[in-house]
Amino acid sequence: MSIKVKDLSKHFSSQKAVDSISFEAKPGRILGFLGPNGAGKSTTMKMLTGYLAATSGSIEICNKDILTDGLAIKKQIGYLPENTPLYTDMYIREFLSFVGETYQIENLTHRVEDVIKQVGLTPEQHKKISMLSKGYKQRVGLAQAIIHNPQVLILDEPTSGLDPNQLADIRTLIKNLGQDKTVILSTHIMQEVEAICDEVIIINKGKIVANATIDELKAQNKTNSLEEVFRKLTN
Amino acid sequence: MAYITIGIFLLACALLLWYFPDTSLLDYGYAELNGFFSLVPFLFMFLIPAITMRSFAEERREGTYVLLATRPLSDLQIILAKYLACIVLLLFALIPTLVYYYSIYQLGLPKGNVDSGAVIGSYLGLFLLGNAFTAIGIFTSSITKNQVIAFAIAVFLCFFAFNGFDSLSKLFELNYLETVLINLGINEHYQSISRGVLDTRDLIYFISFVLVFLGLTKFVIGGRKW
Repeated sequence: MSIKVKDLSKHFSSQKAVDSISFEAKPGRILGFLGPNGAGKSTTMKMLTGYLAATSGSIEICNKDILTDGLAIKKQIGYLPENTPLYTDMYIREFLSFVGETYQIENLTHRVEDVIKQVGLTPEQHKKISMLSKGYKQRVGLAQAIIHNPQVLILDEPTSGLDPNQLADIRTLIKNLGQDKTVILSTHIMQEVEAICDEVIIINKGKIVANATIDELKAQNKTNSLEEVFRKLTN
Repeated sequence: MAYITIGIFLLACALLLWYFPDTSLLDYGYAELNGFFSLVPFLFMFLIPAITMRSFAEERREGTYVLLATRPLSDLQIILAKYLACIVLLLFALIPTLVYYYSIYQLGLPKGNVDSGAVIGSYLGLFLLGNAFTAIGIFTSSITKNQVIAFAIAVFLCFFAFNGFDSLSKLFELNYLETVLINLGINEHYQSISRGVLDTRDLIYFISFVLVFLGLTKFVIGGRKW
């Protein structure tokens, strides 16, 4: 269930948000998507999930083209958008059941129960989403992304705004999920990349400036800190 | 929010039909609901945009539309689901008003002296009119992020579609344009159904009206840039 991206571009009028990028992501690997703000990370992710149409280039997920098999692909993707938009006037269970129904999941109540346990929402499970703290909202966002057990997970800044305990929980969860799925996540936290990512893509001004494993990157740039690599490549 | 909107609609109906002397059915003296059926389109002009304004505008503002768009659903499914949800609310607003029919039925002299055929036709007409207004509301909600703007444009378009063509046609009196313009307006078809005669032309008019606006919505949603 791999992702293959070829010469992908997205132009917003005259601005090239994403400029002809190509990369691959394989199952069982967690791919970290790094780059300064406005580099085109979120735009790329939106195109991968079929939310935005690409200006040019192709995206293949599970050997299917996103333009021709959009609906089939969307069943295999779990997506956590940036800033975690949620229907805040719904209850957690109500919202997760609603999401589950769009995938026509069998035995839905059971699955909702499982997911709530998996992301650690149990103590808050009877609340309305608007009453939750940021960290718990983030968990609801993660829960809606994994409820249909997708083969591909695309997480846009999954750990922003979490406290250190929650951070550790969510990282372990993502790492476990990454064992048999293709995971792409974007983040600004370098320790996080070192902790959970297998491979790293650094993107700057819409172009890929690095695509390698963490060790390779460090060796290439003759330094021991990923932060230094990041600053060197994007400054 | 929907309950409050429906509540206000029913309150306004009740006040205008039974209480305010100018429009009261009781003072009118005849056991018929014509007053009600000529009043409701104007209430719908405000009620329906208030129900529909949220559907896409708020989703865009809050960014939750991405949650729907990345599901295995087509744009058409999303639009139709939102449309039907609003229609269900519309029915909930309409059903309690059947009480008025019952009251008039009891008040008739002799009892039951009401043109039931015309009432059934008028309810059908109201339902179709509501469908047309809902389609307008869904469309205006899709073109903006601001609910207030969506509401205002929808009210204007509903009013224009209902009444505007009639007024416009007066500019071209005794001209073939006059009939064309009158037939473009909702009012003409609404009145025709209200008489209790269901003409396929009127039915086709309302169905195409709804399809045009839902089609426009699909066009706007499909070419999204947000």
